[in-house]
Amino acid sequence: MATTRTIEVELSTTGLGADGKPQRVPLVAGDAGSRFAHAPTDIESDLVGEHMLINIGPQHPATHGVLRLVLELDGETVVRCIPHIGYLHCGFEKIGEYRQYNQIIPWTDRDDYLNCIGNNIAFALGAERLFGIEITPRCIVLRVIAMELSRISSHLVWMGTTGIDIGAFTPFLWSFQERENIYNLLEGWVGARLTTSATRVGGMAADIPDGWLDGLHAFMRSLPKTLDECDRMLTRNGIWVGRTVGLGVMTPEEALNYGLSGPMIRASGVAYDVRKDFPYLDYETYDFEVPVGTSGDVYDRYLVRMEEMRQSVRIIEQAITRLPDGPVNVDDPRVILPPKHKATSEMESMIHHFKNVMEGPRPPVGESYVAVESPKGEKGYYMVSDGTSKPVRWRIRPPSFVNLSAIPKMVEGHLLSDVIAINASIDIVMGEIDR
Amino acid sequence: MSVFQIVQAGTAPGLPEPVSPRNVPHRGGDANPSAEALKLRFGGAVSRVDVVWGETAVTIDVARALEIVQWLHDDETQSYEYLVDVTAVEFRDRDQPMEMIWHLRSIKYRRFLRLKAQLPKGKPMHVPSICPVYKSADWLERECYDMFGITFDGHPDLRRILLWEQYAEGFPLRKDFPLRGRFSRAEQLRQALAANPEARYSMEELAIADAFEELPLDMRARIKGGESTGE
Amino acid sequence: MGLTAPAKSHVVSIDPANTDSWMTTRLDFLVNWGRANSLWPMPFGTACCAIEFMASAASKFDLARFGMERMGYSPRQADVLICAGRVPFKLAPVLRRIWQQMPQPKWAISMGACASTGGMFDNYAVVQGIDTIIPVDVYVPGCPPRPEALIYGIMMLQKKVMKDRMGDTAARDEMEPDPKSQFYIPATLVDELSEPFGNSVQQTRSGM
Repeated sequence: MATTRTIEVELSTTGLGADGKPQRVPLVAGDAGSRFAHAPTDIESDLVGEHMLINIGPQHPATHGVLRLVLELDGETVVRCIPHIGYLHCGFEKIGEYRQYNQIIPWTDRDDYLNCIGNNIAFALGAERLFGIEITPRCIVLRVIAMELSRISSHLVWMGTTGIDIGAFTPFLWSFQERENIYNLLEGWVGARLTTSATRVGGMAADIPDGWLDGLHAFMRSLPKTLDECDRMLTRNGIWVGRTVGLGVMTPEEALNYGLSGPMIRASGVAYDVRKDFPYLDYETYDFEVPVGTSGDVYDRYLVRMEEMRQSVRIIEQAITRLPDGPVNVDDPRVILPPKHKATSEMESMIHHFKNVMEGPRPPVGESYVAVESPKGEKGYYMVSDGTSKPVRWRIRPPSFVNLSAIPKMVEGHLLSDVIAINASIDIVMGEIDR
Repeated sequence: MSVFQIVQAGTAPGLPEPVSPRNVPHRGGDANPSAEALKLRFGGAVSRVDVVWGETAVTIDVARALEIVQWLHDDETQSYEYLVDVTAVEFRDRDQPMEMIWHLRSIKYRRFLRLKAQLPKGKPMHVPSICPVYKSADWLERECYDMFGITFDGHPDLRRILLWEQYAEGFPLRKDFPLRGRFSRAEQLRQALAANPEARYSMEELAIADAFEELPLDMRARIKGGESTGE
Repeated sequence: MGLTAPAKSHVVSIDPANTDSWMTTRLDFLVNWGRANSLWPMPFGTACCAIEFMASAASKFDLARFGMERMGYSPRQADVLICAGRVPFKLAPVLRRIWQQMPQPKWAISMGACASTGGMFDNYAVVQGIDTIIPVDVYVPGCPPRPEALIYGIMMLQKKVMKDRMGDTAARDEMEPDPKSQFYIPATLVDELSEPFGNSVQQTRSGM
């Protein structure tokens, strides 16, 4: 299909010249903000090399998913980076309009698939706001435990895969071994390792089994030892420091303007954490700190994430001590399925069961956006209801999407191998970016 | 190596300690003070203010969106430094106009604001781009265009981002777009496979390198004919 | 099947074209044993299944003991393409290109529900099963499949590899869809043949 279109962007070409080749406007000097400001313009022509076009991905081990980066290289130095996404676009938001609220929960597992139970909770909070439901105290504390476990799990993957990208293979095996412990805990609770679908509107899919807290205690004791080991391996390692310090720096103003969130923005010196500033699930009552970096480079992002894992351990330990007894689901038959023995014996419960399964709970007309602090940043589900059991619009606010849009700014002027390190430091999940 | 001054959140004087919201009313409740400030300053451009589930939604005139967003960003008493999201909503009722949504956050004042604008159907939808104010709007607006077909005036590079550029089935999140697409599965697969992965370089990218010499002849001919190669 | 008289003799049919001698069967065994126990995977990981694949490769489930120590990220040096995760239409030509770049002998494992059938993504964006794009040898169901399930699938593939015969020269032939072939069904004919319900078994449920 031959369609012509004018692109309103400063291209390095003004179209095809008379000889039929794209005319090049060479990138000289750069603008004031570019690190290429020192580009030589007066060197003899045979010393100035042609710029290379390199395509990374979409299938590539180090792009953390199906990301495609097209780089313009001058030798080994990146002059420009053009990311292409959409290789994992699966129509989440469209299909959300055809599913009841409880049916959307498995979908929330799959958009950021490293933070499954965290997404479930983010969605449930938004849906409960839309329905006007207050969840039980036990559910609140269980959700805090689940969110922090999810944060630890995601940061462990990040650490392992970033280590591989930069060349350190062993922490990957250590982190996945610790993640197996988290998987065992989640499997004991909801039956699934990764895609948990653990929440329901108004509560959780199941209460924790007996003895689960002992397993959690044991994990809380073993995790800091592994984190110490990884710390010893990486934090003051000359290779690690040399490959991460000073890379991909974002100033606080840039970070705010580019909409970064999570460890990305905190490493750049902006102390914005949704748990502290717009709290949910009683996070203001927990005693924890939010690490903030001052250099905005890859090394600071690494330090922030390592420290966040330790703070998550702190939060979980406090949550375990304050876990109250009581029901985990709210007692509202319009939303929660009745217990099976009642649904099969009492008429009213049977009708409630039927309505909740076939039609689904219906919220009043309205809209809600509840943001949580996911391991990647500010995650929120914006849902609009028209009174029916399926949302009119289900929007996923993807932190990795917005974080990734800053990559052209971050890799300018760096070397090719630094591009991989910087890409790794953003902690992207393509499922969330492309949805 | 630069060391940045830490930017704290909630530095505005007299802010209450943040607490988890409890028993949020469906409608009513305290509005975000910025809504009042917007009404005072922009008068006619603000048509309504709703507080739904504790969140303030201000409906503005779409033509003045850039001006309003610029003021919210620059003004010292508003200080909305952070753009959370740019999206749109199409309702199931065909007569109801589409809504354009901007979510803004003020880190300094710990406030959240939802700006809405109505986009009547039946005519092409044009919305001013807020890229001059927030760089994060770049990709967010491209996605909105990709999914809804809303054109953002003043956007530096408005093209599809999640789907490929020659995607012929339409704009997926419109309500008249069927869930499984307009074409049959066989046709969708045929169209997808017909795309040559190597042809997916934009004019900009091809101009960078001597790659143009290595392109197949038919592709060079098509580029000479003015075809944009997608992406 | 009802009561029938049990067979009095055990009939064995011998494929006349199969001229495998004792020597070639021993060679077959040796080659297949070598291939099956050193299948280098090409992890075409896209989504959640890729995380479970990584967990399979990690210490607890350890794919290395199956010979899959070396992940072949370059398709040119890989034996088995493990498609782990959902494949949208935008990624379909990439998958096909990667498959074409792999040299024979090659196999494909479709890991997970999304790769096998499109999974829960029955919408405009996702390929409803990668077997519409590449030939698949083993399908591993699950969303995501447990590492044990993936390992079971790999062991099934190993059994399949052991049954390969060198004498079967057509087995490793790669055929591209040829519009001139009598077996080629163009897209419009597919649509006609799949009416009235379309090419998706759940087409009648659209809108639900």
